Amino acid sequence: MDKKKKAFVHPYIPNSVPDVKAQMLKEIGVKDINELYEDIPANLRFKDKLDLPEPFLSEYALERHVMEILAKNKTCQEYLNFLGGDTWQHYVPAICDEINSRSEFLTAYAGEPYEDHGRFQALFEYASMMGELLDMDVVNVPTYDWGQAASTSLRMAGRITGRQEVLVAKNISPDRFLIIKNYCEPVVSVKLVEYDPKTGMLDLEDLKSKISSKTAAVYIENPSHHGIIETQGEKITEITHKNGAISIVGADPISLGVLTPPSQYGADIVCGDIQSLGMHMQFGGGLAGYIATRDEVKYVMEYPSRLFGITSTIVDGEHGFGDVMYDRTSFHDRVEGKEFIGTCSALWGITAGVYLALVGPQGMQELGQLILQKSQYAMKKISEIKGVKIPFQTSPHFKEFIVDFSSTGKTVKEVNKALLKKGIFGGKDVSSEFPELGNCAVYCITEIHTMEDINQLVQALKECLS
Amino acid sequence: MARKATIRNFHQAKWDEPVIFELSNKGERGILFPEIEDEIETLIGDGFATIPENMRRKTPPALPELSQMQVLKHYLRVSQHTLGADLNIDIGQGTCTMKYSPKINEKLAGQSKITELHPAQDESTVQGILEIIYKLDLFLREISGLDRFTFQPGGGGQAVFAIVSMIQAYHASNGESQQRDEIISTMFSHPSDAAAPTVKGYKIINIYPNEDGLPDIEALKEAVSERTAGLLITNPEDTGIFNPMIKEFTDIVHKAGGLCGYDQANANGILGITRAKEAGFDMCFFNLHKTFSSPHGCGGPATGALGVTKELVDYLPVPLVDCHNSNYSFNYNLPKSIGKVRAFYGTIPAILKAYSWIMNLGSEGLKEVSQVAVLNNNYLLNKILEIPGASAPYAKGRHRIEQVRYSWEKLYHDTGITTEDITNRMVDFGFHMWSSHHPFIVPQPFTLEPTESYAKAEIDEYIAGLKQVVKEAYETPEKVKNAPHRSVVHKINHDSLDDPERWAVTWRSYLKKQKK
Repeated sequence: MDKKKKAFVHPYIPNSVPDVKAQMLKEIGVKDINELYEDIPANLRFKDKLDLPEPFLSEYALERHVMEILAKNKTCQEYLNFLGGDTWQHYVPAICDEINSRSEFLTAYAGEPYEDHGRFQALFEYASMMGELLDMDVVNVPTYDWGQAASTSLRMAGRITGRQEVLVAKNISPDRFLIIKNYCEPVVSVKLVEYDPKTGMLDLEDLKSKISSKTAAVYIENPSHHGIIETQGEKITEITHKNGAISIVGADPISLGVLTPPSQYGADIVCGDIQSLGMHMQFGGGLAGYIATRDEVKYVMEYPSRLFGITSTIVDGEHGFGDVMYDRTSFHDRVEGKEFIGTCSALWGITAGVYLALVGPQGMQELGQLILQKSQYAMKKISEIKGVKIPFQTSPHFKEFIVDFSSTGKTVKEVNKALLKKGIFGGKDVSSEFPELGNCAVYCITEIHTMEDINQLVQALKECLS
Repeated sequence: MARKATIRNFHQAKWDEPVIFELSNKGERGILFPEIEDEIETLIGDGFATIPENMRRKTPPALPELSQMQVLKHYLRVSQHTLGADLNIDIGQGTCTMKYSPKINEKLAGQSKITELHPAQDESTVQGILEIIYKLDLFLREISGLDRFTFQPGGGGQAVFAIVSMIQAYHASNGESQQRDEIISTMFSHPSDAAAPTVKGYKIINIYPNEDGLPDIEALKEAVSERTAGLLITNPEDTGIFNPMIKEFTDIVHKAGGLCGYDQANANGILGITRAKEAGFDMCFFNLHKTFSSPHGCGGPATGALGVTKELVDYLPVPLVDCHNSNYSFNYNLPKSIGKVRAFYGTIPAILKAYSWIMNLGSEGLKEVSQVAVLNNNYLLNKILEIPGASAPYAKGRHRIEQVRYSWEKLYHDTGITTEDITNRMVDFGFHMWSSHHPFIVPQPFTLEPTESYAKAEIDEYIAGLKQVVKEAYETPEKVKNAPHRSVVHKINHDSLDDPERWAVTWRSYLKKQKK
């Protein structure tokens, strides 16, 4: 039997139905769809068929195809995970997934604060809750990630002070340093400040030697990329301000239920990632950056991001929302606007708001304490393994800590390969990023690790190193 | 009895929902965490002993305290105050490409085989996701004609910024970065095409449109010089007109020694029809959250998928994903790399959804997407031109690609009703209607982009709504001027938002300023 070529009708393309297509073409007086492309010169017309794989037109076959590929992945549920560093495994409440998969939030974009009033309110509430956590009055609609937030914070400081040099701590995330370097240079130059090899905290003498009247800002992360809590915050911001520079601190918000918010030791701009507040890791795809400042005109005017403010409407008692100082953004002025603004990570901002509302003040405190206790337990048990050292054991830590394998005769790579065979993702290898530390890995312990999980790790390490 | 009206008697959900802080009740808990094990507590204590006094938080953060169902209820109500593309005929958000984001792709991206992966895991444990990243790279190479893609940029703006960073690095490697300090863009390209280069210290030359609505090639010829670093241009521009001289544009810039970056935010009408390569571009980017169906998420997460010719691969941000003998791995060995623009490898859920969307449609499907998007747009154009007060400046009598920038200028002169007023009244019918990026070159602009996702009857419904609002503009203008009437709230008082004494970006700031 002769198989007539079926017209291609697709569930995502309602007007692919031939009769409808024909009717529409007739209405606009066009015989062939190609006439609609007449402005494209012949030499630019792609005449071949795109060389793409045969499609799975049926949803069932598509699902099966993708699931087959995904089956090759091993997850942090199947393996015991101790990796951290710029994205972390925290518990994601079911309500967070419920809200950020709602069609209304998932598929909205750039409507007005009328028909999209909810989008504005959800992001205003996110900013408000972050404001309480950070003890600051202005928080932006989220940017791409911590790296962008830190970079923009540094450029803001450059514009506010009129200076073109920034000092950045060496114990921040190496990837963030790359992002900062590319975003700041060539307009603003980036210099590194050393950390104390004994404490792992910022080397104040090095800071004093490098800071000058050319410095726009000093940027540290607290806790550092190594998990060390910087206890010299007041001194650092004092030195910074004495030189007329702006103090910027990067902080993981999940630590702020138990740790002092940076604004309380003098930070002018605080930034970080909100991934730990309700976003799954998603192989690094759950990132969103926050920037926060005091409510001072000179700071507010420098944000490139949108800032959603609450206001009134013509009806008494109604809350309305809208953009604060929209004219400062590149949406308003493509050249004179601050940096640039576009689509970033709004849905993750809404999710973080849901997370903070669920967890509340008591929950943030309990969560922080759990992380402190569990990570300290892990540090203690690991330090008791023969040959293994915790180089900064005398400094306070939050969530992450460095484990030094130099005296074991095995590289981190070898240890992690052996751990993998035992169903464990060992700590992140930092031996090439921080060679001065030696053969080191950063281990991450969160509220998701039970005592049994930690004991399992310790036992596995013992076996790998014996 | 059959429904007669083509315009629905819409009213948006209106819960009069307080700000979440107003719902707080001291002591309530939304979620509980596991208790610390006794053995750990005995051994370690409360965990605070090692934390010095000055680093211990003294006062708990004043977060709202609600129980779980109450948090859920609040956010569900707030979501009903948001008009997602899934709920409305979202052809009024021009340039945004508000197409259908298939739910099967949401289901796939929500699998734990994606969500529970840490980016630093051993490569052997993530071969599945690496395969998807690599294969999407191959698909976009074919669609664009360029040679290598990265998905690191988290949106179109960041892709432009990455392109500009590479342009600078390229000229620096030739010792010409001081000399070449100008970037050329056009007024109908996205604002980020001009704004992102300023971050790198570039001076921007904006090319204005000629009377045909196309960027003026004579102005381009005047703008190029030995100072030209590159060109950043959208095509078709937001007018929906394809620039037939686009290859001449890139030739002119190349001749002057500059590189050409293609902002392909407006790619939905040209898949399989025309490509970046033949138009002479060195670099391009696609918005996976526009043409390639990843959902918009109220403004992200998103991806600006960035492609380059082989001459520029070494400048890309690291890492790339390589494939050797069906084994996938990261490649950090790019000697001239700009470093990174964002942590890790990109917005993985968007990458997965784009991959899945392309695998569902194939080459014939992609072409059908574009052709129907263009048909829908020209059908809509035809109908809009019948509406009193509306016009489509430029390209008179000619077809457009995937969107059109229209004007209400006549309507405004006849009635005093502005494009903003029309937007506010369209809201009462469950529609968006977007104006334009700034500055408004087209007076009283509105920009509509139907995409391939909406049925003919839906496009007709949108037009009926627009016609109704225009009728009101001529007959009962006060109704339009004071809109919205059937939305979540009434007309917003904007002036406090520009007043430092009154603006409030957080609830705590609002309360402080209320007290004053």
